[in-house]
Amino acid sequence: MTSSARRLRAIIGLSGPTALWLTVTVVLPLAAMLVFSFLTVVPVGGREAAFTLKHYTDFFTRPLYLTNAWRSVRLGLEVTFFCALIGYPAAYILAKAIKGRWREALLLLIVLPFWSNSLVRTFSWTMVLSDNGLLARTIHGILPFAPSFDLLYTYPAIVIGLVQSYLPYMILTCYISLQAIEDSLTEAAYSLGASRFDVFRRVILPLSLPGLIAGSVLTFVPVLGAFMEPRILGGQQAIMLGTLIENQFTASFNWPLGAALGFIMLAIVLLIMGLFYPVLKKHISVN
Amino acid sequence: MNKASSALSGLYLLLILFFLYIPIIVMMIMSFNRSELYLLPFEFDLVWYQQLAQNDQLIGAARNSIVIALVNTVIATTLGTLTALCFARYEFRGKRVLQGMLVPTLTMPWLITGTAMLMFFFWSGIGRGLHSILLGHVALSLPYVVIIVGARLRSLGVSMEEAAATLGANGWQTFWRVTAPLMAPGIVAAALFAFAISFDQFVISYFLAPVGTSTLPVQIYSAIRKGFTPEINAISTIIILASMVLMIGFARFSKFGGER
Repeated sequence: MTSSARRLRAIIGLSGPTALWLTVTVVLPLAAMLVFSFLTVVPVGGREAAFTLKHYTDFFTRPLYLTNAWRSVRLGLEVTFFCALIGYPAAYILAKAIKGRWREALLLLIVLPFWSNSLVRTFSWTMVLSDNGLLARTIHGILPFAPSFDLLYTYPAIVIGLVQSYLPYMILTCYISLQAIEDSLTEAAYSLGASRFDVFRRVILPLSLPGLIAGSVLTFVPVLGAFMEPRILGGQQAIMLGTLIENQFTASFNWPLGAALGFIMLAIVLLIMGLFYPVLKKHISVN
Repeated sequence: MNKASSALSGLYLLLILFFLYIPIIVMMIMSFNRSELYLLPFEFDLVWYQQLAQNDQLIGAARNSIVIALVNTVIATTLGTLTALCFARYEFRGKRVLQGMLVPTLTMPWLITGTAMLMFFFWSGIGRGLHSILLGHVALSLPYVVIIVGARLRSLGVSMEEAAATLGANGWQTFWRVTAPLMAPGIVAAALFAFAISFDQFVISYFLAPVGTSTLPVQIYSAIRKGFTPEINAISTIIILASMVLMIGFARFSKFGGER
């Protein structure tokens, strides 16, 4: 056997199974989804399917879809904003003020919840946020005359639950880029007479921006597709693009419409990914 | 940094940890509380764990979850390790295509991945069921295995293998006596990660689960939606503790936080 034939056999043997597996589970499903989104019905069981653009035109003409798509985008932006606002200072403290084993332990503590079951974590908020939950009781314990309040099944509840879910991610990506900034750079800036604010604005922030952007994109995208968190925490406030899509598959069984809405969501995702691709490339490389 | 600002920094991190852990801790405490309506004062009781032990639906779902997670770990770790080796050793046409195929499950919302799989599996006759859940879980785990094992391979370099070859080892000897032992920590870390991904996965399983059988997260979701019972606190406490133990193991093997 020639060496090039052996090489080819090795490559096929090593990566062929993965390629085959991903073809069946990722490539073909996405292709099928694209095709079905242009059909009147899913062509199974002898049903006649015809080509249609209706699902896409519906999206742009019926306010129901546009409103809910915007609600999803807004939720994504708000959750991302709060994650960055809370997470960046935490990452900064971890990278610059804490050293050694403490830093190691704190990082692990922060990331642990992110790695545990998100459904269970979301559910655990119901016990804190409901009208006789921990938060209401604590506030009434301090201020007995405070009006009763029930955060559960409101829009802020969704935001709180999702911020908790994605905050560790934001802290981690910001930490990685902040930690890579050499202390000698900031020391040089100080010795040249820069104030603390200058050093932050002109040195630290620009150098850590890639981490902040990566964290933001990697928070925004899954939040855009969230449906379980709004359902559990949001009650009547739950209707968003994600839950609308879920509905097409679990309740109203209009799969082609669900596929079209899914592709519109994917288009938003791709737009964001494309915009920030140069930054993201470093964070999600699989080579 | 002066004392006041370092105390402030510490306090800030403490508040963050409080925010991240408070709901989980409340849930764990309530799983041991006798009152069904989470009423205080707290009375220690194992009643919800006893009820859990008799809940056949949840137990069955837990068994499905564990079996799927185990099979997923074996398949994803094997295929992913082979692929990482291939990426590290060979340049070939199609490499970029395969790398591109690994990206969607990492970056798309699971809602889209899950519904796309549902449509294709249903249309092609693969159907819903535990087997299609397994197909999906492996697809989700593969990219992580490739990344984790690939990172380990890159940090090793090729000098050890070259040394072995110089000393007269053939290809298989080099692989089994040099490369494989050096890769082992990366493979163990990847396997733990793959197990956790599958065991915790809800969205994909939710769309691919047939009527009647399901995995633990799907069963928990439907219990929450129906109006839930405190047994869910008990099973959730067990799940959270199990995933955390897994992940501490992962962190040990993957040298989480970088080389020190």
